[in-house]
Amino acid sequence: MSNFSNYLFKNKHLLLLFFLLPPLLWLSIIYLGSLLVFLFHSFFYLDGFTGKIVYKISLNTIIELFSSAANIDILIRTTILAAFVSIGAAIIGFPIAYYMAKFTSPKMKIFFYLAIMLPLWSSYLVRVYSWKLILAKEGILNWFFSKLHATWILDFILSMPVIGGPSLSISYLGMFLVFTYIWLPFMILPIHASLERVPNSLINASYDLGASKRQTFYKVILPLALPGIAAGSIFTFSLTLGDYIIPYIIGTSKFFIGQAVYTHQGVAGNIPLAAAFSLVPIAIMTIYIYVAKKLGAFNAL
Amino acid sequence: MTTALKLSNINKRYGDVSALLDINLEVNDGEFFSLLGPSGSGKTTCLKVIAGFEIPDTGEINLFGEDVSSIPPFNRDVNTVFQDYALFPHMNVKDNIAYSLKIKKIPKIEQEHLIEEILLTVKLHGYEQRKPSELSGGQRQRVALARSLINKPKVLLLDEPLGALDLKLREQMQIELKNLQRQFQITFIYVTHDQQEAMSMSDRIAIFNEGKIEQIDTPNNIYNKPKTAFVADFIGTTSIILKSNALKYFHYESSFSLRPEFIFINSDQNHDFNIEAQISDVQYQGSFYKILFKTNELELTSFFYPKTNQILDLTLGTKCKLSWDKKNITNLNE
Repeated sequence: MSNFSNYLFKNKHLLLLFFLLPPLLWLSIIYLGSLLVFLFHSFFYLDGFTGKIVYKISLNTIIELFSSAANIDILIRTTILAAFVSIGAAIIGFPIAYYMAKFTSPKMKIFFYLAIMLPLWSSYLVRVYSWKLILAKEGILNWFFSKLHATWILDFILSMPVIGGPSLSISYLGMFLVFTYIWLPFMILPIHASLERVPNSLINASYDLGASKRQTFYKVILPLALPGIAAGSIFTFSLTLGDYIIPYIIGTSKFFIGQAVYTHQGVAGNIPLAAAFSLVPIAIMTIYIYVAKKLGAFNAL
Repeated sequence: MTTALKLSNINKRYGDVSALLDINLEVNDGEFFSLLGPSGSGKTTCLKVIAGFEIPDTGEINLFGEDVSSIPPFNRDVNTVFQDYALFPHMNVKDNIAYSLKIKKIPKIEQEHLIEEILLTVKLHGYEQRKPSELSGGQRQRVALARSLINKPKVLLLDEPLGALDLKLREQMQIELKNLQRQFQITFIYVTHDQQEAMSMSDRIAIFNEGKIEQIDTPNNIYNKPKTAFVADFIGTTSIILKSNALKYFHYESSFSLRPEFIFINSDQNHDFNIEAQISDVQYQGSFYKILFKTNELELTSFFYPKTNQILDLTLGTKCKLSWDKKNITNLNE
């Protein structure tokens, strides 16, 4: 037995393989394998006559996806919403992350961690439904505005084209609010991690060299937090691209990518088209990460 | 002589702990002034107060006759070289050095000229495009220096700048720092816990202990005329004889400090003080031995140079006669 452990100690690669093989198998076969098989379905197509999947490689489905104006609408709508949600989450998340990283005592930091993580421990559905109640016409937000005699502000916002609607609970603005709320922890934590690694002496050095607080923020703090913001936005962006529950509960009748995948796969049985729809977020994320890297978002890593 | 910096009655508390207790000091223009003390003695806090990163509870900070106590760090005409260098990791060497020039919106052509000049001064020519992570510790140190010196500050604050370097490099940088200071004729305020460094470089030294200044003096006076037991003990090697023992053994009316080089071992001449003691420890130091002697109540440290004609049995427990003269001891305040 001791000979065996001596042997493993000398042959570290063997030991590594021994430990890594099970998770590697899991990752490659069950996780990536099934994903690739599913995505590969986008190269098959549905026989319009029989409704059965034809297992021949063709671009029929991909062409079908991009030739329909309704589908293009879905893709654009989802991407724009995901972009706004990411920007909104970054704007709200940054100050919280900055305060956590630079101004809290260790005890307060634990409190903040809990406050940010706590919503993640409760059911996602419960939280989305409670937002439905908050935003509804008879909801608490409306009540609050009416008590302040400020219902006109709400009415004005809802009367705006595109983002407005009959009530906040059935509008793009409502979806934006709920998405931003739901994904906020995924934005705060990476930004916090990147700010935590910025030593205070760097900030002091910037002051010391004559930079005001504002200049220090734009020239030192923000560039160093950029990898965190990029990481956070990758989460918020991709999670929004794929979600179908919030569009169902809060949204209008207009479809989003997640819903399209859900209906094509479940109701219509058009797995090739569902797979083609799923390719789009992957493609968008790849382009997004590539552009972010080119713009130097990860330079400070 | 112009006074570059004057601190008056500076106090700073963190909760129950006094970080700085009634600090008063004056630094002359062009002086190399060190703040020396053990860790936690308040020397770095004092530097941060001068730079403006810490606001003292009371007291006034005066730079060239101007009260800067309420001026934020970015408007104070001092620059700091940080202990960890604090180079901006997302900028290359050139951008790090040009940082303050860009803030001041100095014309591009002049910037290039100044950067060229300072890079030559700190011997970093050709490293413009490197990131801090691609530099050695000594090179980072030079970038930090260049970044501060390019502003031509009236006062340069250095927070243990050589602490992270190895011994050889440290000795080399000590010489270079001293040359830079002569060349730029800037007042240096230098924080260190290394007494050797402070002694060899400074014009004057302030010795910090538990938030207080124990003594401000030239290195020579700090060594030869320490005012308190702490200073005598902290600087170099010394034997301190408390008043009770001084009375009992030598009929001498004060506590005193005695440097090892003034103790004669087995001398046959007449000296003012004489005592017999046993060798309790011998430490080989290369060119000499450091020998610890003990009597019942006293501990004395002496140096023994084997090259002299004297022969000494270094076996532990050997009894020796120790003697010294009154002119070589320093009376200490209680």
